[in-house]
Amino acid sequence: MEILIILMPLALGMGALFVFLFLWAVKRGQYDDVETPKYRMLLDETIGPMDPKKGKEI
Amino acid sequence: MSSNQMRTGKPETFTYDDEIVKKFVIATLLWGAVALLLGVTIAFQLAEWRFNFEIPWLTFGRLRPLHTNAAIFAFCGNAIFAGIYYSHQRLLKSRLFSDVLSKVHFWGWQLIIVSAALTLPFGITTGKEYAELEWPIDILITVIWVVFAVNFFGTIIRRRERHIYVAIWFYIATIITVAVLHIVNSLEFPVSFTKSYSLYAGVQDALVQWWYGHNAVAFFLTTPFLGLMYYFIPKAVNRPVYSYRLSIIHFWSLVFIYIWAGPHHLLYTTLPEWAQTLGMVFSVMLWMPSWGGMINGLMTLRGVWNKVRTEPSVRFMATAVTFYGMATFEGPLLSIKSVNAIAHFTDWIPGHVHSGTIGWNYMLISGILFYLVPKLWNTELYSKKLAHQQFWLATFGLVLYIVSMWVAGITQSLMWRAMDDAGRLIYPNFIETVIKIVPMYWVRAIGGTSVLISFIIMMYNFYRTIKQASVKEETIYEAYALDASSIEAHASAHRKLEGVPMIFSVLSLIAILVGSGIEIIPSLLADKYIVKVSAIKPYTPLELHGRDIYIKEGCYTCHSQTVRPMAHEVVRYGKASNAAEFVYDHPFQWGSKRTGPDLARAGGKYPHMWHYKHFWDPREMTAGSIMPRYHWLFDQKLPYTGIPAKMRVMQKLGVPYTDQQIASSIDDAKAQAKTIADELAQSGVPAKLAEMEIVSLIAYIQRLGIDYGSVPDEPAQEEK
Repeated sequence: MEILIILMPLALGMGALFVFLFLWAVKRGQYDDVETPKYRMLLDETIGPMDPKKGKEI
Repeated sequence: MSSNQMRTGKPETFTYDDEIVKKFVIATLLWGAVALLLGVTIAFQLAEWRFNFEIPWLTFGRLRPLHTNAAIFAFCGNAIFAGIYYSHQRLLKSRLFSDVLSKVHFWGWQLIIVSAALTLPFGITTGKEYAELEWPIDILITVIWVVFAVNFFGTIIRRRERHIYVAIWFYIATIITVAVLHIVNSLEFPVSFTKSYSLYAGVQDALVQWWYGHNAVAFFLTTPFLGLMYYFIPKAVNRPVYSYRLSIIHFWSLVFIYIWAGPHHLLYTTLPEWAQTLGMVFSVMLWMPSWGGMINGLMTLRGVWNKVRTEPSVRFMATAVTFYGMATFEGPLLSIKSVNAIAHFTDWIPGHVHSGTIGWNYMLISGILFYLVPKLWNTELYSKKLAHQQFWLATFGLVLYIVSMWVAGITQSLMWRAMDDAGRLIYPNFIETVIKIVPMYWVRAIGGTSVLISFIIMMYNFYRTIKQASVKEETIYEAYALDASSIEAHASAHRKLEGVPMIFSVLSLIAILVGSGIEIIPSLLADKYIVKVSAIKPYTPLELHGRDIYIKEGCYTCHSQTVRPMAHEVVRYGKASNAAEFVYDHPFQWGSKRTGPDLARAGGKYPHMWHYKHFWDPREMTAGSIMPRYHWLFDQKLPYTGIPAKMRVMQKLGVPYTDQQIASSIDDAKAQAKTIADELAQSGVPAKLAEMEIVSLIAYIQRLGIDYGSVPDEPAQEEK
């Protein structure tokens, strides 16, 4: 079952990657506020149809 | 946009790339119909063998892989990309990173699908479930997936919204995990442009395959759709998700548990017992986060339940989440060893799978499309009435499917295991247990047809919707660029350094892959790692070729090759399987379904003549058989000259063929074919048969289980 030599580090490595991402999210304050994001995603701030002359932004 | 602008903190105007979303929506609708049509076709083939039409590329064994690949990667894949590209831009308030990459992603993915459709029906397959595509397509998938990842992470870097909404976390997990799974499971050694052998053999191949197979379900059919659920349900009802805190817990617990659950596909096999138990425990643990997510999705509808009645998008999504709850309860249940002992290899499993793919994926995709299509094309839905008719047809069809497969699966399993007091099988003929459940196959086929019709109704509904649409003026959106006024201004240098998370995650991923690769590939190829039981010998050249025919015809879609250590299986088939038996099997062929009997001990059970007649017309030997005819194997010449190349690859993979054996392989194969043909000729079969492919397949079948059969029994083994 030497395949476990690849699968275990891989599974653990992916786990570690997600731990890293989790810690990153916590440290960056991603989860400091768990109330407003769910309201904010409902808003799409449009300012009306685009003026074709201006061309595309970005 | 220049980087100065990023830092000014002034409001910026921008547009979203909805054209690419439209493209993926259309592709979803087209491929969805194809996937369902294929599913209905193979459902009828199981009910009545004549629906195989005696055409090679229309037989069950070739179409079943095409159906699963089309449903997963073409239908669900395009839907995922449509939903992700739509929501990702809006959640981050930024246009997709690159319009060009988006287009490459779209057309590349369609090219992959077309390649699948042009290879699988013609028997070009690796023989590993849900990963059947051959190596050139595997490479293309990897490239396109990287394009998707760059486009996706690039958008995150350019975002105007600091907070990464929970849906995006689900997408991130999908992209990273699918990449790793696909690459590791697809490691194969090419023989030619259209043929390769898995790098792994036997038990190891099985473990990698089901680690992939289970996580394909987890990270292709579940996590991206959960992300979509967390975006589209709140949007559709214009209400915030029930608990954002719960959604975060849902995500992280799911991500950490899912990856370990794969071995539940290999319970009672020769996989080490601890690995089986590990898979079982983690599978049961999955129940909790799954239901947390289900409750979160459904509770978002509190106060607006009336919309389930009136709004097609809400109705479909609410139903999808309900089926998600059902499937994620059934899954852990099936992973418990004692339940698995009954359910494994039976129709209960396809039933379970379809409560997920139809109940969860198809329903959620429909809900998303009913929300998206009118918005994208700036119009109203053509007919709510048609949408509701579609809903009832789909639900009716799905219930027929699930219930008929419960009945078929449990009935057949109980018949397999029924023994009298003297320890004899009550139904010793496998065919009795098949004939009993054929009526259920008809019910399933009718259910599937109902689902297909429902889908066609949806296509028509959207066709009329899009046709009536007026030209949409591009909408301009406005948002503030991420700026210095945020918490980042006061952050330490260390925290600023962390502000490159994507680079970090990509680098760590590469580190993991390279590290694992360096560690593992040499050890896999090294001779010393292969367990040797002196009685187990590699296949002869002719048998090796026969095995490739077995893979090509998709025999593994209906026949298993592993005997579980249970009394009724040992009585029915023979000695329980042993890990040492499979060391030369690149790829393993244990299968996951017994529509026909297990073949691990098939060798020598019947004379050559029996197989000859059986492949010509299975009903000549087994009245009531539902197996297709394989008459073309009697006309196709055996390509002897291709055998040495195959053996050389096997040799590289660690199979102990000597150079001399390879050099004489063509002659050896011809000699063995002649022996079989001569024996058949004595029974009146035309003598030219030694030239035909059927001989190699017979040679392979007759070899199965022979070597291990000569090893004396260990008394302890039978006890289990």
